[in-house]
Order: sequence, then structure tokens, then C-alpha cells
Amino acid sequence: MSASIEITNVTKRYGALAVLDDISLSIKAGEFVVFLGPSGCGKSTLLRMIAGLEDVTAGTISVAEQRVDTLPPGKRGVAMVFQSYALYPHMTVAQNMSFGLENIGLPKDEIERRVQQAAATLEIAHLLDRKPQKLSGGQRQRVAIGRAIVKEPKAFLFDEPLSNLDAALRGRTRLELAQLHARLGSTMIFVTHDQVEAMTLADRIVIMHNRKIEQIGTPMEIYRRPASRFVAGFVGSPAMNFVPLRSVAANGRTVKIGASGLGEIHAAFRLPASFSPEGASLGIRAEDITVLPAGQTGIALKAEVVERLGDRTLIYGQLADGTKLTAETDGRSEARGGDTLQIALDTTAIHLFDAAGTAHHSEGD
Amino acid sequence: MAESYRRSQWSNGLFILPYLSVFAVLLVFPLFWGAWLSLHKVDLFGPGRFVGLGNYTRVLADPVFLQALRNSIIFVLVSVPALVILGLFLALALNKTTRTTSFLRGLFFSSSVLSVTIVTLIWRFVFIPGDGLLAVISEQFGIQPVNFLSTSGWSLFSVGVATVWWCLGLPMMLFLAALQQIPNDLYEAAALDNASPWRVLTRVTLPSIARTIMLVTIIQIVMQFQLFGQAQIMTNGGPNGTSRPLVMYIYEVGFVRWDVGKAAAASEFLFLIILVAAMAQYVISSRKSEVSE
Repeated sequence: MSASIEITNVTKRYGALAVLDDISLSIKAGEFVVFLGPSGCGKSTLLRMIAGLEDVTAGTISVAEQRVDTLPPGKRGVAMVFQSYALYPHMTVAQNMSFGLENIGLPKDEIERRVQQAAATLEIAHLLDRKPQKLSGGQRQRVAIGRAIVKEPKAFLFDEPLSNLDAALRGRTRLELAQLHARLGSTMIFVTHDQVEAMTLADRIVIMHNRKIEQIGTPMEIYRRPASRFVAGFVGSPAMNFVPLRSVAANGRTVKIGASGLGEIHAAFRLPASFSPEGASLGIRAEDITVLPAGQTGIALKAEVVERLGDRTLIYGQLADGTKLTAETDGRSEARGGDTLQIALDTTAIHLFDAAGTAHHSEGD
Repeated sequence: MAESYRRSQWSNGLFILPYLSVFAVLLVFPLFWGAWLSLHKVDLFGPGRFVGLGNYTRVLADPVFLQALRNSIIFVLVSVPALVILGLFLALALNKTTRTTSFLRGLFFSSSVLSVTIVTLIWRFVFIPGDGLLAVISEQFGIQPVNFLSTSGWSLFSVGVATVWWCLGLPMMLFLAALQQIPNDLYEAAALDNASPWRVLTRVTLPSIARTIMLVTIIQIVMQFQLFGQAQIMTNGGPNGTSRPLVMYIYEVGFVRWDVGKAAAASEFLFLIILVAAMAQYVISSRKSEVSE
């Protein structure tokens, strides 16, 4: 069973402090949506408002076209997996999973059937008689997910569920969550500040920043066509390069861009007439910069630090005027700190950000 | 190097010496001296003579001792559950951070800092016949007032009421501290699990503070078996010894009738009872926690 979720003009305030400001979001049934943003952006608060753990100051929330924001948490048909797992410490795994079902008066054999089924799905059947204290972090995580599954909810809510796991386990659990979503087909909302989790799990990512939604889109849309300078800088590692603009001159579809240290660049853009280079910047990802072979001349980049990641090499350097720039090249690069390299930009992968941070994307691709 | 190291080991011991000496002089020594006294026929004026277990047989044959023992056991059986349940109830009711609850917490705890004399005085004003609060109220309703402090049955009850009022602060505070240790997300998980307030109390809150409930029970058993001051001042053990607790019996035998050996023997019985009660609770609680962990 899965359901659509409709969030309409939702605002959250604690006294004078606004945490979320007029958020609207529509989630389709069966969709895996990730709320991504830095700490304090309100993403967890939004999730907790859907769960019913926080009141809505203004606006409405509907699950399966039924308004739920006035209902208590248990009546909303959603299940939540907490960051701390929040397992009942004095109950066994089986009791943890069946507690919610007992509370709604489900028959014993039905509870038993669901618990066994979920335990089999999550491969925790051998742990059913144990107490949470006797479980490892990964096992607790599975029990917490199992407790959600047995409820057969309309939607699953995950509040940074992987952040307490070690790196290896996090990767594996991420994969299993994706498989679980594929098998159950349920609506899932997942809150994280980890962009890798967001990119790998999401059908759509909701990027949140400063009480607002910055962008909603598929992982590749977010990565390739970030809506704002914040999104461009937040998603992707290493972060996108930003170079201050000096001049912009449109000539039909081609724009002549003057940027600090990069000289003059010609790229295909459809910029509004009001676009001003004042406070604007050019953005380009490290992988869209090519290090030219010896003998070719492009833009000079003085390498300061070279990071070898095996499959690729990151070069942190300075342009002629001191502007910082990060370039990526293949793992066999022999560049060293102190070398001056010649680089070229992929002009089809350039983004321009006006003073307000709004993005304009090159139309070359 | 080795020399200074050894010397530093010695000086470390100095830090616990003050406490150890007080502990030895005021607790360990009296413990053994009491046991020694209980084997002798002795008064307050000089060395006694060894009588073996004579004092113990005399104590066990004394109907006054048996009555006091019975009084103490009844008192503990009634006052300890009352303290635990009321303390828990108050803690649950006041487990919020508003100005009112902070004030009420302070108010309920304030009785604990009073001395036994003041507590009994206050409750005498309530219980004494004629001008006492309860007598006045009963008369208002046209009911024949009960003479609480000198009626068999009521006298021990009155002492119990004063004791519960006096001792309630500590259980409440211990329960409050335990309640605040319960992570809030357990309650959130329970809310998402559709748990009713009763199910939350019995399946989440109480199991989470089971150890504290046990601790408070042990502390109160140990404390309430030592009931003395309230009974001494409010009822003087009367009428007919029906409110005389064990400690008061020991006091009367030892310091009124100067039969120190017999008083010491009775004290050993009290010591044994408290020890057994505390150990029993400890065993039960440690077995329970083994299961729960």
C-alpha cells in the first residue's frame, strides 16, 4: 500500500522563530523522496510534521488525499524510523515489532504472520527473542525498519537512519533500502544531510535551505541543472567552482563572458536582459575542466595541492589573478604541486549565477 | 624512583583516611560492639557477664518485642507502598518544565527538610482531639470525631500519615530524575505506534524506571523499619503499645530499663530484618535486570 502526500503552504514557527516558511510539495504514491540540506534547514522538522510529532503552524498536510495534520501521529497511517532507532529497550525484537499492532487490536495470528514475514525479509528472524541491547547497530537498524514494515503503512518516514552506522554498513544498508523500496513500492521520505545517500536513493531530491525549498528534482537534474548557487555548491564533491564575473555581452545566442582569471569565454546562454555581471559568478564543476596535454595552450592554472584518489586526481590551484579553482583529471596524471598546468573549460557545462544566486545554464548540451 | 612511587601509594590512602576513620569508629566498631553486647548481661554501669544467647531467648519470649515487631512490619508494609505509589504519582504529574510544576516540586520536597519534631508537631495539630484540624472538620459535618492518637489502630495509622507526608520528597525526586532519563523518542515511537496513555505508562515508562522503583523501595524499607521519632512524640507508642515500633522498644529496654544486653539482642534482630529485606530486593532486582538486558 502506498499513498501520495500533499504538503500545502506549510509554515512552522516556534514563537517568533520561523523554521519553515510556506513550504509546498507534492509527493506521488510510491515515490522515494529525499529531503537534503545542511543542519538546521528544517528538513527534520518537516518530516516530523508529516509524522505528527510537531504541530503545523499554518498550512495543511494530506496523506492519500486525506487531511492528516490535525490527526494524532498514530492515526496518520505513516511509520517512522528514527535516527536513534528508538527501540523499546525492555522489549524483545518481536515485542518491539508487534507493539504497534497490539495497540490497534490486530488478531494475534495476524501479528505473528506479519512479524515473521518482516523478520524474514530483513533477515532478523534469529534475533526475534533478543533485547535491543544485545544487538549491533546494524541489527537495531533492521529492527527499527521491521517495526515500520509490519504496520504496512501508507508511507515510510526515515529520519537520518544511516547516520549512526559505520561507513561500510552505511553503504550496504543504503543498497538494501533501495531494494526494499523496489520490493514494497511504498512511498518513502528520507531525511539526510549526506548527498551520496540522496543521489543514490532518491527518485526526487528536495533541497532545503534557510526555511525554504531551493529545488525539487531528480538527482541528475539537481546535479546537472542546479536551480541556485546554493544547490550548485551543496551538491557534488568537490564543490562546484565559482569564479566572479567581470563582464557579460550577449550576441544572439552566444554570450561573451569575462570572468576573473579565465579571460574571455564564448558560450550558448539565453540570459534575461536584466542580467548584470555585478555580483554574479560563473560556475563549473571540476570534472568539466580538462587538463591539456603538454604543448597545448589554454588557461594557466598553478597547482597548489594535488589529491590522488586512484581513479581520478584533483588539482587545487590558482588562476593567474589568484582566483581559486579545482580541476579534475584522470588517475594517471603526473601533475605535482607547484606545476603550472594548461586547462580548458567545457563551455557547454558552464552555469551563470546572478547576484541573487539564481542559476542560468548553458544551452550547449 | 621506586621509593617515591611507594611513598605516593601511601599518601593516596590519606585521602580516604578521614572517611574511613569515621566509618570505622561510628559504624564498624558499634556493629561488632553491639553483637558483643547482645551476648552479655550488662547495664549502663559496668562490665557485664557472658550469657551466650540468653538475651536472644529473652527477647523472643517477650510479648512486647513481638508486638513491636508486628507493628514495625505492618508499618513498613503500609507506608512503603504508599510512599512508592504516591511518589511515583507525583513525579509523573510533575514531570514537565513549567513554572507551576517547578514550584510544586519544591513545595512537595520542602517537607523533607523539616526536623521530625516539627513534622510531628504539625501533625499533632491535625490529629489531636478537641482542637485538632480533623476533629474540627468532623464536628462541622456532625460526625463524632475519632481520637486518632489514642485509639488502637488509628494511632499507628496517624504516625504513618505523618511519615508519608514527611518522607515523600525523596522518592518523588528520585522518580523525577529517572523519568527525565527516558529518551523522548521512545514516547514519539509509542505515539506513532498508537499506544494509549495507559499502554505508554505500563509498557514504556514503568519498565524504563524499574531499577529506580526497586531502589526507592529498598531505601524506604530500610528507613521505615527505623521509625522512632514520630511514634515517640505523637503517640509515645500507645495506646497499649499498639503504635510502638521496634526502635522504640530497643530504646525503652536499653535506656529506660537499662537492660542493654537485651536491647542489643533486639537490635541484632532489627539489623537482620533490614539486611534480609534489602538483600531480597537486591536479588530480585538484579535477576530482573539480567533478563531485561
